Amino acid sequence: MLRDEDRIFQNLYNDSGIDIESSKKRGDWLNSKEIISKGKDWIINEIKSSELRGRGGAGFPTGLKWSFAPKEVGSRPHYLVINADESEPGTCKDRDLLRFEPHKLIEGCLIASYAISAHICYIYIRGEYINEGKILQNAINEAYENKLLGKNASDTGWDLDIYIHYGAGAYICGEETALLESIEGKKGQPRLKPPFPALVGLYGCPTIVNNVETIAVVPTILKKGSKWFSSIGRPKNTGTKIFCISGNVNNPCNVEEEMGIPLKELIEKHAGGVVGGWDNLKAVIPGGSSMPLLPKKICETIKMDFDSLVEEKSGLGTAGIVVINKDQDIIKCMARIAKFYKHESCGQCTPCREGTGWMWRMLERMSIGEASREEVEMLMDVTKQIEGHTICAFGEGAAWPVQGLLRHFKKEIIKKNNFNPLIKTNKKIPYLVDQHLLEK
Amino acid sequence: MSIKKISKEQPEKFEFNSKNLDLAKKIIDNYPEGKQQSAVMALLYIAQSQNNNWIPLIAMKYIAKFLKIPYIQVYEVATFYSMYNLSPVGKYFIQVCTTTPCMIRGAYNLVEICKRKISEKEKNLSENKICSWTEVECLGACINAPMMQINDDYYEDLNEEKTEKIIDKILNGETPKPGSYKGRKNSEPENNRKTLLGVKNA
Repeated sequence: MLRDEDRIFQNLYNDSGIDIESSKKRGDWLNSKEIISKGKDWIINEIKSSELRGRGGAGFPTGLKWSFAPKEVGSRPHYLVINADESEPGTCKDRDLLRFEPHKLIEGCLIASYAISAHICYIYIRGEYINEGKILQNAINEAYENKLLGKNASDTGWDLDIYIHYGAGAYICGEETALLESIEGKKGQPRLKPPFPALVGLYGCPTIVNNVETIAVVPTILKKGSKWFSSIGRPKNTGTKIFCISGNVNNPCNVEEEMGIPLKELIEKHAGGVVGGWDNLKAVIPGGSSMPLLPKKICETIKMDFDSLVEEKSGLGTAGIVVINKDQDIIKCMARIAKFYKHESCGQCTPCREGTGWMWRMLERMSIGEASREEVEMLMDVTKQIEGHTICAFGEGAAWPVQGLLRHFKKEIIKKNNFNPLIKTNKKIPYLVDQHLLEK
Repeated sequence: MSIKKISKEQPEKFEFNSKNLDLAKKIIDNYPEGKQQSAVMALLYIAQSQNNNWIPLIAMKYIAKFLKIPYIQVYEVATFYSMYNLSPVGKYFIQVCTTTPCMIRGAYNLVEICKRKISEKEKNLSENKICSWTEVECLGACINAPMMQINDDYYEDLNEEKTEKIIDKILNGETPKPGSYKGRKNSEPENNRKTLLGVKNA
């Protein structure tokens, strides 16, 4: 288990207060001037050598992303955008950072803005987090009053203004280009890439988009040194991570742990074990709803980091762990996730707009045993038609959980749904009819 | 995509009151010059809060003029995002999260209670016209499941009995206390916490 002094977010449970004085006692804002005086290249190199990977789901190396921003500011200003549109089912880490560690985020914004030469930073918070937004705004105001932000922020000679922009309940706005569209006051529909936001982003200007947790760990990495950070976890999967453990566990919680901690340890030690005991475990979704689930057998040994999970054809994603025990109907659980994706598809690309609905309807029927045997294969085919045929990664996010279900629980689905399609015996029925609507 | 029903009964007039007018101007200043369209989402929220938690079409037209952008650009934003109510909702607007992490901890029992106590169908007003409910997708409080949002506040760690009490209070016009209903502190494990104990006991 990680030592307490190595935990970055000492106030994760709000034991010691949110205001600027208590934050300073925890080390925030102490030497931001000193860090910034070491220069942009030093900061970016330090982040690069810490091997910090983005905490928003994709796991892209943060230092590398920052280095994509143009070195010199041309006619177009640079922007930093913080993605706090947390809506992945199973994930609720950013909410606690916004509520309890706002000054870590704001200090991170200052350092990151300096590193990528931005004078304006927008924090995009999901609309439902109204109270969290108020706390953050309060912290921003405190920082302005203490001259930590604004003109000559923290006496570094760098000007920075931070504004909050509220979303309005669209999951897709967590996709970086959709988020930029949303800040521009449009519908949140993702843009084609390239050009990437680092060159053509918000208002057509170079923009770096980072997750809340990514930015909030930056000040601590620079204070304690990249060596300290990269010594935790294993190479390419370094540092600490907040895991959200929800679902059928005895003590659902957020906990900061080192990368690569065994999943079983997380569930047993921190979350009080599976409801009904470890043997009652059915499956675990390891990284938010977009990541394929893992059956119990893999859960015994799997380590929670980016590369280990990819080896098992899943992913760390946002590290939102949803534990599902044997009291639940796994097909129904996945059908509900499919409904989520159907509801949240932005409607821009046909495979996703139509396919998510197909998957949902087929899974709903499978959960009550009204699908035919052939449809199980057909469902796999539908997921393959969506995956890779859409503008953004939402298509993959919708298709992967269904593929995971089919990969590990196909026998169970077939056992439940094994009647022959009526079309075989009654040739008069048109082919494209929903079989379950026919009289048997 | 969600289908949104636009209210058949629309008011004739809408304009920001003086307090909201100042607020709106201040928000526009958050964005670069000429990019006032960015403020459309915030302005829709202001209109919604000024007009009993829903946005009439006339308010969208007003905002379009206010920002000097075409009406359709406001309309498409208002219909795209799910948090803008385009028909009247109750003074207490209950949103029950039913996505998988909440579902497996019993969110549909909460829905049943809403159906029984408030209205059979979602988005319909209760008998005394002050409350309505709806099912929503993940609200981002999965470790506090099952949970629901009433206006701005989260009500977490619920069960059937506690939900009934909350809804009874609301139907009487009272606002119950938000937060966890298991008495636990924020997102810490309910018992047997293993981390940051030094900070806790300090």
